[in-house]
Amino acid sequence: MTDARTHAHQMHGKEALRAEGIVKRFGSVEALSGVGMHVAAGEMLGILGDNGAGKSTLLKILTGYHQPDAGTIHVNGAQQVLGSVDQARSRGIECVYQDLALVNGLSIYHNMFLNRELLRPGPFRLLNHRAMRERAMEALADIGVNIPNVNLEVGRLSGGQRQAIAVARAVHSDARILLLDEPLAAMGAREAGQIIALIERLKARGDIAIVMIAHNYAQTLEVCDRVMLMQHGTVTYESRAAETSPAELLEIVRREYREMRGG
Amino acid sequence: MQQRNDPARAGRLPPRRSLASRLMDLALRPEASVVVVAIVLVVYFEATANNFLTDANLQTLSQFVAAPVILACGEIMLLICREIDLSVGQVFALAPFIMEKAYNVGIPVPGAIVAALFVCALVGLVIGLITVHLNVPSFITTLGMFFLITGITLTISRGFPADTPNAGVLNNILGGWGYAEFLWALGLVALMHIVLRHTRWGLHTIATGGNAIAAAEAGINIDRIKIGNFIITSTLGGFCGILEAFRIGSTDPLAGGSNIMFLGVASGVIGGTAIAGGAGTIIGGLVGGIVLGILQDGFTLQGINAFMFDIIIGAAILLAMIANIQMARWRGMRPQ
Ligand SMILES: Nc1ncnc2c1ncn2[C@@H]1O[C@H](COP(=O)(O)OP(=O)(O)OP(=O)(O)O)[C@@H](O)[C@H]1O
Ligand SMILES: [Mg+2]
Repeated sequence: MTDARTHAHQMHGKEALRAEGIVKRFGSVEALSGVGMHVAAGEMLGILGDNGAGKSTLLKILTGYHQPDAGTIHVNGAQQVLGSVDQARSRGIECVYQDLALVNGLSIYHNMFLNRELLRPGPFRLLNHRAMRERAMEALADIGVNIPNVNLEVGRLSGGQRQAIAVARAVHSDARILLLDEPLAAMGAREAGQIIALIERLKARGDIAIVMIAHNYAQTLEVCDRVMLMQHGTVTYESRAAETSPAELLEIVRREYREMRGG
Repeated sequence: MQQRNDPARAGRLPPRRSLASRLMDLALRPEASVVVVAIVLVVYFEATANNFLTDANLQTLSQFVAAPVILACGEIMLLICREIDLSVGQVFALAPFIMEKAYNVGIPVPGAIVAALFVCALVGLVIGLITVHLNVPSFITTLGMFFLITGITLTISRGFPADTPNAGVLNNILGGWGYAEFLWALGLVALMHIVLRHTRWGLHTIATGGNAIAAAEAGINIDRIKIGNFIITSTLGGFCGILEAFRIGSTDPLAGGSNIMFLGVASGVIGGTAIAGGAGTIIGGLVGGIVLGILQDGFTLQGINAFMFDIIIGAAILLAMIANIQMARWRGMRPQ
């Protein structure tokens, strides 16, 4: 583990995000019991784990959506309190949430600029619909997803199209730290390939740190530099992607499951 | 085939649409069906009660329409973010008395109006804080407020009507002139339409009602949006009560009330605002208010008896709402 970490520091840029000892309780449920993670600029971290392991909860703490009950977060080396989504965003953190965070009744372009709207110059702070429409079209064309018209309501799109909108929104926000919660879950093979190619392009820029939650071991190992396994609110395994395999990860998960049921 | 998959073009080419399809879009806008209803009603009443389109009657009509439309502007914002204010008709009655009290201690009329509106805004703030932070449904919060404010108004007025202060030409502007209140309503409709369609506040209001979790994940402070819309609604309610006081020349402590509040809500819903939240139109609220006004005024001209009248209005509201929901379903089913 120490090995993987030093290696990451050699290969990649400066550490972008670090969380230590994160605890989160929802009433009597302890969703996270002391979780740590770190990711460097230019690096991509994959998080794997069972349903309910606490992956999304960890991500929502890193976006400022949830507040941790204990633990610290460092952004670009400085300790920060991410008290709100806006605060996290102002530090360069963007997220594709598992539920996609889209409003069905609003148009595609309104969704893509939700809470980061472009305004017309002048004292009245009116929305610049035209600029948002144009930029949304560019962003979608850029990630190569077939969306006929950005005026359409998001509720009329297919699951994969909706996911593409959410990814395009996060990617086109100039984020330095990109958090992706199952960004490929509803995608067709061609579209998933396009999103992965896009993520790899971003990674190649070298100045963006990416964290991706996924369930597909093989795919995750293929695109990520490092992977981390979460179970029951803790990190149970961490490795460089090149040094492990889907079979090994599966074996670890099975063993822990057995141990948990046994003891 | 090639073209459709070309990523560079994918987002750019809006599909070519025929004139018929564009007209269809226009016809299926939530406001459009209500506009048609309004026109049909005008034609019908002009034909059957031949003094309908006279200056005197239009003035009466405009006065009937103004208050529900102004209240609708606030209620529509609240309905969109899945809340409602049942107490706005009470604030409507309270505001003129606060204005009168302030005037009587020596504050000039404009200052007295500001003081009254400030109290109304405070009422909205309290409703919002209770609803959002104590998790009381606004239906219940504002039901409580309904009785509470009625009591306050009756107490400070001792149950007697009060004369509206005389502020010279200001009286005419604020409702003394025949069409003044209606012009205020139109102005407020224009203002709130811009707020809803062309500001972040409006967009965030729609997002809050459409998907509160998504809005919060995008970083929108949904509590602030809701509290703000309660404040807007109460303030508009108070302002409307003040306009009415200037038009009539005096204020009754039992003015407004649930009747005017429900007319406001009904105007919004008839105009196409979804009770379930996430969608709505201020212009629709204006047209909805006009439809209700035409019905009331038209049947009065026809001399229909008062009991029959309520039955007809009730049925008309039901019909308009059913039409509204069916229209929304047709829009939803239409292939793009
Ligand atoms: N807002 C919440 N309120 C209460 N409990 C919650 C909340 N969010 C998550 N939990 C609980 O925290 C635990 C972890 O949930 P989380 O969504 O983080 O899991 P996950 O690893 O993302 O699972 P999945 O793979 O299914 O997405 C679960 O037991 C869940 O029920
Ligand atoms: Mg999850």
